[in-house]
Amino acid sequence: MTPFTRIEGRAYPLGLSNVDTDLIIPAAHLKVVRRAGLGRYAFGTLRRQPGNIFDDPQFAGAPILIAGANFGCGSSREHAAWALADLGVRAVIAPSFSDIFSGNAFKNGIAAVVLEESAVQRLLEAAKLGDTLSVDLEEMQVVTNSGDCFGFDMDPFRRECLLGGLDEIGLTLASEAAITSYELRTGI
Amino acid sequence: MSQRPRTMYEKIWDAHVVERRPDGTCLIYIDRHLVHEVTSPQAFEGLRVAGRRVRRPDLVLAVADHNLPTTPRLNANGGPIVIADAESAEQLAALEANVDEFGIRYFESTAPEQGIVHVVGPEQGFTLPGTTVVCGDSHTASHGALGALAFGIGTSEVEHVLATQTLQLKQSKTLEIRVDGKLGCGVSPKDLILAIIGRIGAAGGNGHVIEYRGSTFETMSIEGRLTVANMSIEAGARSGLFAPDEKTFAYLKGRPLAPQAEDWDRAVERWRSLASDEGAEFDCSVMLDASDIAPTVTWGTSPEDVAPITGQVPDPESFSDHSKREAVQSSLEYMGLEAGQRLEDVEIEHIFIGSCTNSRIEDLRAAAHVLRGRKRSDRIKQALVVPGSGLVKRQAEAEGLDRIFIEAGLEWREPGCSMCLAMNPDKVPAGERCASTSNRNFRGRQGPGARTHLMSPAMAAAAAVTGKLTDVRELVKDDLGEMAA
Repeated sequence: MTPFTRIEGRAYPLGLSNVDTDLIIPAAHLKVVRRAGLGRYAFGTLRRQPGNIFDDPQFAGAPILIAGANFGCGSSREHAAWALADLGVRAVIAPSFSDIFSGNAFKNGIAAVVLEESAVQRLLEAAKLGDTLSVDLEEMQVVTNSGDCFGFDMDPFRRECLLGGLDEIGLTLASEAAITSYELRTGI
Repeated sequence: MSQRPRTMYEKIWDAHVVERRPDGTCLIYIDRHLVHEVTSPQAFEGLRVAGRRVRRPDLVLAVADHNLPTTPRLNANGGPIVIADAESAEQLAALEANVDEFGIRYFESTAPEQGIVHVVGPEQGFTLPGTTVVCGDSHTASHGALGALAFGIGTSEVEHVLATQTLQLKQSKTLEIRVDGKLGCGVSPKDLILAIIGRIGAAGGNGHVIEYRGSTFETMSIEGRLTVANMSIEAGARSGLFAPDEKTFAYLKGRPLAPQAEDWDRAVERWRSLASDEGAEFDCSVMLDASDIAPTVTWGTSPEDVAPITGQVPDPESFSDHSKREAVQSSLEYMGLEAGQRLEDVEIEHIFIGSCTNSRIEDLRAAAHVLRGRKRSDRIKQALVVPGSGLVKRQAEAEGLDRIFIEAGLEWREPGCSMCLAMNPDKVPAGERCASTSNRNFRGRQGPGARTHLMSPAMAAAAAVTGKLTDVRELVKDDLGEMAA
């Protein structure tokens, strides 16, 4: 996984709340046996609307997406995270995330950054103007090019995995002896 | 072990901690892993690339459900019919190759045991009280109906569980949902869970595990509990738990994968101790009165967008929250509805009775009860009844339910996820409206541009008869006494 320290660029000003994973990637595109190549189908439903932000050249390749509360609700499909990653998104900023999506995002090197509603609104306005934002995981802050700065919190384990680009299965396999001992103790 | 009273969730959690890290992250043992064709191929590929094995193939059960067409699977000579869609066929072939390579138990798509993964797990006794159950599917929450800590995971986690039989997790908060009293005639567990989601919102359970408590849930059948637990995720909660009781034990006894003989008695003893202790504290509590619940339908594009069938489409201006106001406005445009429109005036073109929420025998009986001796409206273009598994299908046919559906003008299909999610040929065309017993009314969920109204099996059956959203209590006024029984 690519380590995440600091990313900088434009941001898709999506703003919608309750963005579900069907909206991020419709089920018709889940019929794949590989992870790559889903970016072109991301937000397919919204992309059918003329003037949508995902086909607006000024946001093409933006590494950040700004959304409303409860981003990524619904299905557990990791294809949503794969589609965002393939689209080039490395950080999503929202007032809250669904539990499953935020886990899937981290496992694919995407930072799910939680900020207060008012901060998200400010960033949304900046993003609409085409401002550049940066998400810094070492400093734990989001900064706009006009100087606004918003600090955020993140689970330490997830932060460590993101910063180091760590393979979680490899980490867990280091606990092999404890797993075996649990199996012997419980008789499963 | 601490002496303070513990919730059921804490008991199951504590019993599955393999290792606790200083930051509070725990390595949690996973007892049961359900696998289907859509969220597993990349996980198996990951194992192969890293040269890893499946640690405990004996704790994994695989079945295909999302992609399978629900049309007949065997030709006139009894041979299997190949899936026409090349991508679906490839995903199914990948699952079959993977279960073969890694030695995983698998129900073939033509086996009587095949069905929707969340119908199959409980039906086979694979899901047991007090176990941890995962699946690469958010509706894994269903299995909490039997007292299992069950939650949906992504594909990276599927790979993690295959390789290690564990997950790295942080403990969730607990949310008690207490409902007391008796549900009215024509009001089902589906109406109750829709009303609960309406009350707490689609994000109301984020970060929490729900425990359903109170007399309404105690008297509810296991199949009703499966419907309720199933939709915990629509309120944002990864899991929803019911304390196992005599109903749970009676449901599980004799199931093929449940403990047998003396093992059974020991297991029941253990399961009796799982319920939350007297005085255990929950992080939050929400209370509802069952007698307040009416047959409920959704009008928008989030499962929180609910109203009693006797109500109206809301006015976006009536919402105080700015972003919700915008969301409602945009939902109504997508749904083709006007603020203030009576829900009972909304016309329907499609009926879907099925999905992991409502495809069990009791669901089919409830729908058949409404449809017996009635005909589908001419306005209905397509009406599907899709049993949750081959075993449910056999049972329904033994009871003659298939005849009732067919005589009423509905189609009786093979088991699978069907029209719930538009991954197989069963879809709702753009701009058309479906009365659906599934769990999600998201934009495009049932097909690009499709408009979904969620409701109970009895309500979907009533909509099939009238061709519009209908209060089932009015339609079957004369036999309501029978329905209550």
